[in-house]
Amino acid sequence: MELVEAIILAVLAASTPLLIAAAGELVTERSGVLNLGVEGMMIVGAACGFAGAWLTGSTFIGALFGIVAGTLMSLIFALMALGLAVNQVATGLALTILGIGLSGLIGAGFVGERITPAMHLHIPGLTDIPLIGRVLFGEDGFVYVSVALIVGVWWFLGRTRAGLILRACGDNHVSAHALGYPVLRIRTFAVMFGGACAGLAGAYLPLAYTPFFIPGMTAGRGWIALALVVFSSWRPGRLVIGAYLFGAVTILQLHAQGWGVGIPSQFMSALPYLATVLVLVLLSRARTGGSTAPAALGTVFVPDR
Amino acid sequence: MQLVLERRAERSGTIALASPLIAVGLTLVTMIILFAILGKNPLLALHAYFIAPLTDGYSLQEIAVKATPLVMIAIGLSLCYLANAWNIGAEGQFLIGAVAGSWIALKTQGTDAGAWVLPAMLVLAAAAGALYALIPAICRVKFGASEILTSLMLVYVAELFLDYLVRGPWRDPQGFNFPTTAEFDPVATVPLLIEGGRLHLGSAIALLVVGGAAILLGRTIKGFGIRVVGAAPRAARFGGFNANQLIILTFAVSGALAGLAGIIEVAGPVGHLQPGISPGYGFTAIIVAFLGRLNPLGILVAGLFLALTFIGGEQAQIAMKIPLDVTKVFQGILLFYVLACDSLILYRFKLVLPSRQVARGAG
Repeated sequence: MELVEAIILAVLAASTPLLIAAAGELVTERSGVLNLGVEGMMIVGAACGFAGAWLTGSTFIGALFGIVAGTLMSLIFALMALGLAVNQVATGLALTILGIGLSGLIGAGFVGERITPAMHLHIPGLTDIPLIGRVLFGEDGFVYVSVALIVGVWWFLGRTRAGLILRACGDNHVSAHALGYPVLRIRTFAVMFGGACAGLAGAYLPLAYTPFFIPGMTAGRGWIALALVVFSSWRPGRLVIGAYLFGAVTILQLHAQGWGVGIPSQFMSALPYLATVLVLVLLSRARTGGSTAPAALGTVFVPDR
Repeated sequence: MQLVLERRAERSGTIALASPLIAVGLTLVTMIILFAILGKNPLLALHAYFIAPLTDGYSLQEIAVKATPLVMIAIGLSLCYLANAWNIGAEGQFLIGAVAGSWIALKTQGTDAGAWVLPAMLVLAAAAGALYALIPAICRVKFGASEILTSLMLVYVAELFLDYLVRGPWRDPQGFNFPTTAEFDPVATVPLLIEGGRLHLGSAIALLVVGGAAILLGRTIKGFGIRVVGAAPRAARFGGFNANQLIILTFAVSGALAGLAGIIEVAGPVGHLQPGISPGYGFTAIIVAFLGRLNPLGILVAGLFLALTFIGGEQAQIAMKIPLDVTKVFQGILLFYVLACDSLILYRFKLVLPSRQVARGAG
């Protein structure tokens, strides 16, 4: 029982950064913008988040630092891809390269430092319920925020007028423009939301997952978040399933290493990446009847006047 | 009053030529600001980065050595990008090539194997790199899976595989438990071009690759097809060019070149297989490809320039304690400016003044 609870807790912790980053990218992509710089925004969010928490001693301020850093990074992307109509794939790659360098520069002074990890909720009585107590009532704040975030995204995209307009920009920017919607401004907001989420997801790693900062600590999670958006067919509900499945694969391989299964640890560590490739292949194959991607995803839009 | 983009009637030739230079200039200005923020003398820092490495023979050779993998990988990537196929996993193909070639070097170690060893290593490395690159290409062509994500995921897999080999079965028994293989035999080593220097045969191979790519793109139907498929997919279809076939071809070629670059690096400057044989060559090569405007000669110049930043970054770290990450920031900023300046080839800015007579749109 103890072990089951520990595994569920570990899976939730591993899934949370993926879920937060992917929720943001999902909104960005539904507006028709493919921002491949998630990894870069995350890693800068991680460095700035740790810096904020270390300087102030507050996890909350650290998370805010991460969000602001991710948003600023995404504004560079918006300026390039929306303002200057540059190819979005190339711009996203540039953002990742820049982010890895910047995070090394910012984080260099903090390597080896430790902070107090994020507080976990504790409600006397409820948290002590066996098996589900700590899972439901004993998480850190990020886990609850991630759940609220994905519900909010689902509600916004599917149930509000603003969400409908955002999706219209993603499916046909020419029509949306003709109807008088400011396509580029809406997309800028969507990109900024994606950046804020990526920054928060990055900050989660040094603030709650491990209480210290190491360069390159995102280890490809930003790219896995991108793959999760494809996996979800751009639907928030499926994104939750995908994120927790990936968290489970990550934890499974860690536990398998701990149990001394006779497979070299490097092969187990490669599992999440191989699983991503496999999932992309299987899903794309199953989707022969037409793509579910936003129709204008990744295309350049320059309004004519 | 606001600035808006407007499509030019035709692409601007002047800006096409000037854009990489403008981009480098803007990057230098940004770097001066960054050095000032870091509390370093900007002029001394720029001197350490860009001038000092050009003043002694050893550094000049070192620049050519660093440029060799960058140029080889970037040439392959440029073919992919011209055909609108996004291979961003060159780092993984580089590592797999290094592993495959090292296998022959380790198998023949201590035997009296002759001069065939090195050529066999090069061929096997290229083949392995090509096969590794074909995984994302086939996933894209057969199943429609995004080659961007699959090629990148395979970088992590390749890193872990290399790590397993040098910590496990291939570890040098006399290596004091360091994760490295034994030093390669002389027959398994890329010969030096200058006795006692650093410059090796790989640099000559890179020049051949540049020449080959220039001929392929400028003088052959295949090269024309690659450019048409990327620039005008619809026209290419009518012209009878098979886009899927060209994706497979460009991925295979770029994988082979990355694999070749990998074994040349291991059998040349490094001398044995170990983790960290690449300071991110596969990713920096993306910048080289764009800075070189996806043109073989441009890539040669761009590769030498980025190699200079690697060497200059090391010297600036030793001389002025400037962190090595500044080099990565520099490279990222440079790519941004290159892409932004390229946009001005097709578009121009126009100042729109608000007019009281014309009602603003419904938005």
